[in-house]
Amino acid sequence: MSAVAVLGTGLHPWGKWGRPFLEYGVAAAREALRDAGLEWTDVQYVVGADTIRNGYPGFVSGASYARELGWNGARVASCYAACASGAQALDIARARILAGLCDVALVIGADASAKGFFRPVGGDRPDDPDWLRFRLLGATNPAYFALYARRRMALYGSTPADFAAVKVKNALAGSLNPMARYRKPVTAEEVLASPMVADPLRLMDICATSDGGAAVVLASESYARRRGTGFVRLAAVSTVTPVFPNTVLELPDFATDSTAAVPAPERPFRAAIAHAAYEEAGTGPEDLSLAEVYDLSTALELDWMEDIGLCPPGEADKLLRDGRTALGGSLPVNPSGGLASFGEAIPAQALAQLVELTNQLRGRAGSRQVPGARVALAANQGLFGHGSAIVATT
Amino acid sequence: MTYAIDGWFAISPQDGVHLIGTRCTGCGTVCFPPRRGSCPNPRCPGTDMEALPLPRRGRVWSYTNACYPPPEPYVAARPYEPVTLAAVELDEVGIVVLGQVKGLTVDQLEVGMELELTAGPLADGPLVWMWGRAS
Ligand SMILES: [Zn+2]
Repeated sequence: MSAVAVLGTGLHPWGKWGRPFLEYGVAAAREALRDAGLEWTDVQYVVGADTIRNGYPGFVSGASYARELGWNGARVASCYAACASGAQALDIARARILAGLCDVALVIGADASAKGFFRPVGGDRPDDPDWLRFRLLGATNPAYFALYARRRMALYGSTPADFAAVKVKNALAGSLNPMARYRKPVTAEEVLASPMVADPLRLMDICATSDGGAAVVLASESYARRRGTGFVRLAAVSTVTPVFPNTVLELPDFATDSTAAVPAPERPFRAAIAHAAYEEAGTGPEDLSLAEVYDLSTALELDWMEDIGLCPPGEADKLLRDGRTALGGSLPVNPSGGLASFGEAIPAQALAQLVELTNQLRGRAGSRQVPGARVALAANQGLFGHGSAIVATT
Repeated sequence: MTYAIDGWFAISPQDGVHLIGTRCTGCGTVCFPPRRGSCPNPRCPGTDMEALPLPRRGRVWSYTNACYPPPEPYVAARPYEPVTLAAVELDEVGIVVLGQVKGLTVDQLEVGMELELTAGPLADGPLVWMWGRAS
């Protein structure tokens, strides 16, 4: 599979700024264009990763951004895939480039989020499981993260102290990242003393919801070569769906699939997402210099480490405890500081992961730099069977 | 009594509370919530789903609680008591089903422990299925 070039990246700092999402997206887009050394009028294709909590402009975000930047006649697409929206937008842009239908694409995602728990979009919708799980069970997103965390404790003997150690590691990395929302190192004692939200997860184990914006300029390899400025390769984008029967309880479901008639697949969903990316890029976990994974909770980072093949199931805690996944370790996980330091700005998050990968692979991650980074993977999972993984290389 | 949702569970004086699932007449795949239309098994073209009561017992796959009142459309009791949730792997059919837990807190639960289906009211009245101590 041929790659496309990442020519430029941009972020609007994560926070709780209380301004329209378009502002964050446009700021990130201008930064990405500046970084690529291109003008907005050079962009032939603009793809927006949608936000569903900001009215109609959010549902047609590609056009909203294009209008905000000034109509330039570029082709446009808008897409939503929950937490994987940004990766889906990348995949759409990449496909058009690889098909030879355009040379330069701009991908943008941004969100402005409300305070507190994510709640379903308004209105009575008894046919929507995302509405029903709140109505019937009061099952919030952290409740699902907590079910995975407790399961991990029972299966592998992970402890709340292990979870706290993930937060300590990520907060330290985030303290070095000027784009992160939370930039204060924390101690394990502070994590373990924070209020319990969904047993066994405490407030500081769970990622917040944030405002933020991210943008990436993609180009064909031939176009990038003609410019002669060097570039990072986007070598794979995996957006596979689960394989029946999915035996892990996923948000926002009430139940898993049944194994009564068909046995469980070889790889559970999260592992399958990463596997498809490795396969497409012709790489494996042994090639990685670093990884960004979706730490919606501290415990989930440990699950992801196993899902992306850094170690067999049940051994992530040991890698963490040995310092292997910290900055300076042999394979840093979430060197950006992760969701623990950013909070989640849904349509921007998968793009922000690629921004970190790109910064690392270009050797410009500053005090967070992973020395000699060559191959990097980012992975996430959203609701309703959307998830994604990307591989980028030098 | 009003049910918070129709057709997902039933209460009978003889056999107690059970969830209502569907079984594909083609391949035997069992589903909860009950499903209409196509079979979820991608290799099965079946569209004929028959309703069936699911096993009333299972083992805890995992559990948690909600220490803060969940947002609407959940109606939280006042004063608020943490809601306990359990995901329970049903005997025989290999499905894990999430539900509120009645009469047990997280400190009284363990992964692997046996629970039995019951029902209880939401704060605004209607009944929903719940997991309870196995009799
Ligand atoms: Zn079938």
